[in-house]
Amino acid sequence: MQGGLEYLQRRELRSAGAGSARGLRLGDAWHFHPPERYYKRVARETNAWRLSEVNGDFSLCPSYPRAVIVPRAVDDDALARCARFRQGGRFPVLSYHHAPSGTVLLRSSQPLTGPQKRRCAEDEELLRAVLAGARPGARGFVLDTRSAQAAKQARVTGGGTEAKAAYPGWKRLHRPLERGWPLQESFVRLVEACGDLEQSMDRWLSHLEACHWLAHVKEALSTACLAAQGVGREGACVLVHGAEGMDSTLLVTSLAQLILDPSSRTIAGFQELVEREWIQAGHPFQLRCAHSAFSHARPKHEAPTFLLFLDCVWQLGRQFPLSLEFGEGLLLALFEHAYASPFGTFLCSSEKERCLCEVRTRTHSLWSGLNQPKEQRKLRNPLYVPNPLAIWPSVELQTLRLWQGLFLRWIRPPESSEVAWEKVWQIVTDKKTEGCEPTVSASEPQL
Amino acid sequence: MEHIRTTKVEQVKLLDRFSTSNKSLTGTLYLTATHLLFIDSHQKETWILHHHIALVEKLALTTSGCPLVIQCKNFRIVHFIVPRERDCHDIYNSLLQLSKQAKYEDLYAFSYNPKQNDSERLQGWQLIDLAEEYKRMGVPNSNWQLSDANREYKICETYPRELYVPRIASKPIIVGSSKFRSKGRFPVLSYYHQNKEAAICRCSQPLSGFSARCLEDEHLLQAISKANPVNRYMYVMDTRPKLNAMANRAAGKGYENEDNYSNIRFQFVGIENIHVMRSSLQKLLEVNGTKGLSVSDFYSGLESSGWLRHIKAVMDAAIFLAKAIMVENASVLVHCSDGWDRTSQVCSLGSLLLDSYYRTIKGFMVLIEKDWISFGHKFSERCGHLDGDPKEVSPVFTQFLECVWHLTEQFPQDFEFNEAFLLQIHEHIHSCQFGNFLGNCQKEREELKLKEKTYSLWPFLLDDQKKYLNPLYSSKSPKFAVLEPNTVSFSFKFWRNMYHQFDRTLHPRQSVFNIIMNMNEQNKRLEKDIKDLESKIKQRKNKQTDEILTKELLHSVHPESPTLKTSLCFKEQTLLPVNHALRTIEGSNPADNRYSEYAEEFSKSEPGVVNLEYGVARMTC
Repeated sequence: MQGGLEYLQRRELRSAGAGSARGLRLGDAWHFHPPERYYKRVARETNAWRLSEVNGDFSLCPSYPRAVIVPRAVDDDALARCARFRQGGRFPVLSYHHAPSGTVLLRSSQPLTGPQKRRCAEDEELLRAVLAGARPGARGFVLDTRSAQAAKQARVTGGGTEAKAAYPGWKRLHRPLERGWPLQESFVRLVEACGDLEQSMDRWLSHLEACHWLAHVKEALSTACLAAQGVGREGACVLVHGAEGMDSTLLVTSLAQLILDPSSRTIAGFQELVEREWIQAGHPFQLRCAHSAFSHARPKHEAPTFLLFLDCVWQLGRQFPLSLEFGEGLLLALFEHAYASPFGTFLCSSEKERCLCEVRTRTHSLWSGLNQPKEQRKLRNPLYVPNPLAIWPSVELQTLRLWQGLFLRWIRPPESSEVAWEKVWQIVTDKKTEGCEPTVSASEPQL
Repeated sequence: MEHIRTTKVEQVKLLDRFSTSNKSLTGTLYLTATHLLFIDSHQKETWILHHHIALVEKLALTTSGCPLVIQCKNFRIVHFIVPRERDCHDIYNSLLQLSKQAKYEDLYAFSYNPKQNDSERLQGWQLIDLAEEYKRMGVPNSNWQLSDANREYKICETYPRELYVPRIASKPIIVGSSKFRSKGRFPVLSYYHQNKEAAICRCSQPLSGFSARCLEDEHLLQAISKANPVNRYMYVMDTRPKLNAMANRAAGKGYENEDNYSNIRFQFVGIENIHVMRSSLQKLLEVNGTKGLSVSDFYSGLESSGWLRHIKAVMDAAIFLAKAIMVENASVLVHCSDGWDRTSQVCSLGSLLLDSYYRTIKGFMVLIEKDWISFGHKFSERCGHLDGDPKEVSPVFTQFLECVWHLTEQFPQDFEFNEAFLLQIHEHIHSCQFGNFLGNCQKEREELKLKEKTYSLWPFLLDDQKKYLNPLYSSKSPKFAVLEPNTVSFSFKFWRNMYHQFDRTLHPRQSVFNIIMNMNEQNKRLEKDIKDLESKIKQRKNKQTDEILTKELLHSVHPESPTLKTSLCFKEQTLLPVNHALRTIEGSNPADNRYSEYAEEFSKSEPGVVNLEYGVARMTC
C-alpha cells in the first residue's frame, strides 16, 4: 500500500504541475496518429488494401475506430456481414504490412461459429482475399491466443475458431496466453512480494516463482516472436485473435511489429504504435487500468495487459540497448498515464466513447505533452542507432529479468541509475565537442 | 607429449547447448600440449585451456558419432560429437591426463612465455607492493608496527613474512597467541582506516574448546582495542553459523568467550562453509544448464541452490564490518575456522566498501594480493589446480567476485573497472597461466620460485586496461566515500554474464559498454584536435599581426581539417554499427531461440519452402 500512497502523491504533483500542460494548445497532436496516417504508408507499399469508412458511425463495431484498413477486394457490404460473424463486430483488419515480404499481420476477434459450426462466406472470402493480395501461393496462419481446448469450449457460448475446411490455405496455431483475472492476480502478487522489504532470499525467490509474472512475459514475447517469424521469415500472412481480440491479440500484434519494423522503434513510431494498436484498436483502458494492483474487491475487468506489453518492450530494450530510440522513461510515463493522467489519450475504452465524450476537443493529448523538448532527455535513449534489421530477442529465463525500474521503483533508490543515465547523456552530447561544429553535425545523425 | 595420442580429428561437430534446433558447427579438433582447439568451417577458433577443464564425459555412442562433453571451470560447457569412437576415446583419455596435473611444475605458467626478458618479468612482479600499500593506509604509525615475528615463517606458515600488529603487543604475546589459534593464525592487521583510526584485523578460531583460555591472546585482543584511540570496545566477528562454531568446541576449537576478553562484542554472522558453497554452486549450474527452463524450474532451482542467499550473507557480513568502523568507530577482528576463506571474503569486501582506492583497477589488484594471496587463501586447493582432494575445491573467490559485481550494479559510477575485468580475473585464477594464484600460501610460492619461473598477471591486465575501464566511473569521489549497498533480497540477481559467459544466445544482443567507451574516446580525440587547432591558430596569430591575413589563414585551416576529421569520424562510426549489426544478426537468429520450435509447424504444411539459415545468411550480407 505504501507504493500506492506515494503513487497518489506523485499524481498530485503531476496535476499540480499542470504547467507542463499550460504550454499546450487543445487539439494539438490529436491528429497525429490515427489509422489514416498508417494507411498512407501501406498504400505506398501495396495496392492490395484500402481504407474503409464502413464503421464511420461505429454501428458495425463499437470498439473499432471509424476507419479501418481492409483488403481492396472486399466491399463494405461484405464487411458488414463479416462483422456479424465476429464477436463484438471485430472483423479481420490489417494490423501491419511487412513490405519486404509483402505479407501482413491481421487481427480480429473469434468467429461466432457456435455449437452448430456456423460459417460465413464473406469472412472466408475476406481471408482468401488476404492471401491472394499478399502473393500467389502465400500461406496463412491463424494464431489463436487460447489453447485448442479453450477455443473448442468457446463454441458452447457461441464463439469458436476457424474450421480448417472452411479456410483453405490457413492453418491454425494455438499459443495460450494468460488474460483477465489470472494475469491480474499475478500482477497483484508480484507487487505484494515487491513491497516486503524484510523477506529472506528464499521467500523472495519463491514469491517471484509463484507469481508467474515472468512466465507471462516469456509467453507474450515468444508468441509475438512466432507471429513475427511467420510474417517476416516464412512469408506467410498471420491473423491473430483470442476471444474478444482486444487484449492478448493486441499484445501480440504490437510486439511483433516492434520486432519486425524499425520505424516503430523510434519515439514517434512507438507512440504511433501505441495509439494505433492499443488506443484506436479498442483496448478498454477504462476497464483494464482502473485499480492497478490495489483493490479490495476482485475487479471483474481489471487486467494489466498494457503493462505486460510495456514490460516486454522493456525486455526488448534491455537486449537491444541501442535499437530503441526511447528509454525506460517513456515506458514508465506510459504506465503512469495509462492508470491516471491529466491528459485525455488513455481516457475511455474505445474511439466511440472518446467521440461521445469529446475527448479530442476538451482534453490535451499525451503525445503533445510528451513531445515537449524539456521532456526529451528523460524519454530518449541517448545511445540509439537506427537498426534496419528485425530484433529477435532471447526468451530464455536466464535472459529475462524483473523490471526493477518499475516494480521496485519506490523501494530501490533510483539515484544511482539516474546519475548513470545522466552521465551517458553527458558522454553522448559532450558539450566540449560543440566547439568543433562541422564534425559534430557530421557525426550526429549516427549517434 | 606422452599423453597425446591423437592430435587432430576432422569432421567434429560442436553443438550449441541452448539452441533447440540442434544446430551444430562442423570443424576440426586439435589437441595441443596446453589447449584444445576447435576450428569451425568459418575459421572461428574456440580455444580451451586444459587447466580450465573441470570434467570430461564420454556419453553413449549415437548414430552421428561419439558425444564428448567438456565442462570448464570458467562455466563453459562444450558438447562435441566425434565421428569415430576410437578418436573420441583417445581425446577423452588425453584430456583426463592433461586436465589434472600432479606437479606444480607441469602447470602452464611454467612454460608460458610472453616474450619478456627477466627484468621485465621482475618489474611485473614488483607492480604490486604490499609494503607500499600499508604505507598508503597509514601504517606503521604510533599505534601499529611491523612485526618481524614471522620473518622466517616460524610462527605461522600460511601468513606472509610481513605482518602488522599493535605496537604494544610484544613478541611473547604474539607467540603465545599464535599457539592458541588454529594453524597459528593469530590476530593481525588487514586494513587500517586512517580517518577513523580503527582497524580490520583477521585471525583463525581460538583453540578454546569448552573452557581453555590464553592470557596472551586476551592481551593481544586488548592491544588491538587499545590501538584505537576513539573507541574502547572492539567487535569480534565469527563469520560462521553459530551451530558450526559450537560444534568446533568439541574438537578443542571454537570461539571467544566474552567473559574472558575485556571490551569485546562478539557476533556470529552465519556464512556457510566451503562444502555447502561447493554443492550450492553445483546445484545452480545444474538448474541453469537445462534449456527451455520454465519460470518455476528456474526460480525454485535458484532458491533451492541457495546461491543468492549465500551471496547475501557474505555481503551482509561485509556491511556489518563497514558499519562498525564507520558508525561506531570500533575496530573489528574477523575470523572463521582457519581464517582463509570466509575471513578473506569479509575483510576484502569490507575494505572495498570503506576505501574507494580498492574500487580502482590497481587498487583492486592490491586488495586481492593483500587479503587473498598474501594471507593464504588456498587458491591451488580451492580451484583444483592439481589433481587433489575434490572436497577442498570451493568457489569462495568466485563468490567474492560476484559480491563485487553486485556492488558494481548498485553503484555504476563508483568502480573504475567493469564486469569484463572481474570475468578476466576469474578466468585466470583457474588458468594457471600466471604465477599469482599458484600455490596455497606465500611460503609455498617462494619455494616454487614463482617470481623467477612464471609471470605476474597484473601487468598484463594493466596493459589491456582499456578493455576493463568503466566509462561511467567518476573518479572525483573522496577517498573514504563509503558504499552502503542495499541488501534487501531483490537487489540480488543471477549473474548471467558469469555463469553463461559462453552461451552467446542468452546475452543481450548489443553492448552499451562498447559504444559508450568508443564515444568517450572519440570525445577525447576531438578535444585534442581542438586544442591542436587552437594552438596552431595562436601560433599563426603571433606570427602575423595583420588581422586580415589571420582570417585568410583561418579559412585555410578550416576547410582542410574538418574533412580530415569527419572522414576519421566516419571511419570510426561506420566501423561501429557494422560491428554490432554483426552481433545483432549473430545473436538474433530466430532459430537460436525457444520459439523456433514452432518453425517446424510452419514448415510442416509445405515442406522445404524456406531455409531459415539461408534467410539469415542473406540478411547478413
